[in-house]
Amino acid sequence: MTVESTAARKTTRRSSGAKRTTGASAGVKKTAEAGPGEPELIQLLTPEGERVQHPEYDIDLSAEELRGLYRDMVLTRRFDAEATALQRQGELGLWASLLGQEAAQIGSGRALRDDDYVFPTYREHGVAWCRGVDPTNLLGMFRGVNNGGWDPNSNNFHLYTIVLGAQTLHATGYAMGIAKDGADSAVIAYFGDGASSQGDVNESFVFSAVYNAPVVFFCQNNQWAISEPIEKQTRVPLYQRARGFGFPGVRVDGNDVLACLAVTRTALERARRGEGPTLIEAYTYRMAAHTTSDDPTRYRRDAEREAWEAKDPILRLKAYLESEGHADAAFFEELEAESETLGKHVREVVRAMPVPEHTAMFDNVYADGHALVDEERAQFLAYQASFADGEAE
Amino acid sequence: MAVQKLPLAKALNESLRKALETDPKVLVMGLDVGKLGGVFRITDGLQKDFGEDRVIDTPLAESGIVGTAIGLALRGYRPVVEIQFDGFVFPAYDQIVSQLAKMRARSLGTVKMPIVIRIPYGGGIGAVEHHSESPETLFAHVAGLKVVTPANSSDAYWMLQQAIQSDDPVVFFEPKRRYWDKGELDTEALPGELHKARVAREGTDLTLLAYGPMVKTCLEAAAAASEEGKSVEVVDLRSISPLDFDTVQTSVEKTGRLVVVHEAPVFFGSGAEIAARITERCFYHLEAPVLRVGGYHAPYPPARLEEEYLPGLDRVLDAVDRSLAY
Repeated sequence: MTVESTAARKTTRRSSGAKRTTGASAGVKKTAEAGPGEPELIQLLTPEGERVQHPEYDIDLSAEELRGLYRDMVLTRRFDAEATALQRQGELGLWASLLGQEAAQIGSGRALRDDDYVFPTYREHGVAWCRGVDPTNLLGMFRGVNNGGWDPNSNNFHLYTIVLGAQTLHATGYAMGIAKDGADSAVIAYFGDGASSQGDVNESFVFSAVYNAPVVFFCQNNQWAISEPIEKQTRVPLYQRARGFGFPGVRVDGNDVLACLAVTRTALERARRGEGPTLIEAYTYRMAAHTTSDDPTRYRRDAEREAWEAKDPILRLKAYLESEGHADAAFFEELEAESETLGKHVREVVRAMPVPEHTAMFDNVYADGHALVDEERAQFLAYQASFADGEAE
Repeated sequence: MAVQKLPLAKALNESLRKALETDPKVLVMGLDVGKLGGVFRITDGLQKDFGEDRVIDTPLAESGIVGTAIGLALRGYRPVVEIQFDGFVFPAYDQIVSQLAKMRARSLGTVKMPIVIRIPYGGGIGAVEHHSESPETLFAHVAGLKVVTPANSSDAYWMLQQAIQSDDPVVFFEPKRRYWDKGELDTEALPGELHKARVAREGTDLTLLAYGPMVKTCLEAAAAASEEGKSVEVVDLRSISPLDFDTVQTSVEKTGRLVVVHEAPVFFGSGAEIAARITERCFYHLEAPVLRVGGYHAPYPPARLEEEYLPGLDRVLDAVDRSLAY
């Protein structure tokens, strides 16, 4: 076990006298206690579905809002499972599953305002869902019909970025632009434990700190960078790195959607107030393989995965909804039906996705055109036309 | 005064000033571009007049400079980025090649990347290593980027104006050893097209093709050759991507001979591409194979050896003689 945060310990311990919340959170009982060997995390909902208090990160959600978060997570998981199945059927070339990370993505995604801007990796399917991006849009690059495939400005959700960490600099630059414009929007940059080693991520920490840019760095530490465990990336908990760059870092239970929402909201508000960046480490687990091409049995034990299954983000919220009487059987049945409909929609859209026109590869290489692209497009068309002539003869 | 005679560096400075005045979205960012005015003083006085918010001294991290410029462009700004020296661009290479160049195509044409990356390049100033390189081919090879390089004050001013106005990313190579060369600039004249080559000197026996710092060298070689009765045409390429093959073809069809000159290593240099294309286009007009003069396949040498490494007057004339001997 690596160095633990004494700050986090203190925070948790002095939370015993925290005030009670009202409304739907009335079931709050006590403060989360980390078990032996477990990292200290900001937590509002235990793996058992028990609502607990945190002195700094309180949240008061209506039953409807809680059901909304549950619905988001269930539909995201269903979409993700459908995409995995479509890859197995040969409809997608590859899929990067978010299984297990639903709470981190829905919690942070639902903390955003419409005018905020998201810079994702290639696994932020749940955040895309929160932004209103048509989930089938995410599948184009995995099916091989485009290399991005959506207008980032239509949902303030930037293109998926595959080169690790590169997008954190784009996020920082965008946030610098927001500050120049005098706007009170904020930016959230997603990345993972593996990318935390990248120079670009560290440079984005430097730039955002120096310019006090309104950006939240949301690191989903899912414990594995393909086959490399977190110990191969860091000797300290990742959230502690922020301090060295001059801004706060917090670690949240990434499988607790309430805590992720509360912590991200606080960080975004801080950014809006002009107080600069925050690093959030969402402590979670990649339940599936890195991608459909990966074989985790070569590098990790089943027991580890099983331990994380007990911390499932969806099951714990379901337990809470049920114990508090916030959702009835009809809700769960309707949601199941909605999942089925979504799955069917995704299957149908993906299978109908057309192969682009052959000349599409020459499109949009430049905004103002380029003589060589024009010349090669014409040569390509002439070459293809030469076969058409042959068939006609 | 519309027409003035000023150094290439000052023309660039005037051009940046004009861009900052004209478009509030234009930003200048890089290392030491503020109070110092850049190590070559290209941004001299700009921060004083336009403020720290528009002329931005950045942390010392090239990938960070280009990466944040991409984010600023996504927000609607038009960043003009200074990379301090040619050999320092490589920490930003991923951001330029994998992010900047591909962004428009990846977005299916929905975003634009109006970013200019200014890079002082080339040798001849007696510098320490990483301060004298010519990496233009490494960018010209990448679809999505445009690559240009002025050779005189007028082009420095106007090509930078046009690069900043372009909605595509432009890598703008500045011939640092020509920064102090004075030339005429007419700020009211209509500029030529950014990506057109220019016949810098007319001739009939052979075409010398060059860009950036080597244009002056080739003009001197043409003058020397004329004393020996050889009529040498000099074409200033100006734009490397896209490359104006039509102008080169017209010249070579007239002269029948082509020598390409650049400081960058000959091997896989721009001369190789030009030779291949001109051979295709002008096969029946060529009296000699296309010859190339450039740097060697060795790391840029210590300053005391750079005169031997760089194409100079004698090496260019030697190639002229070899071509004419066919």
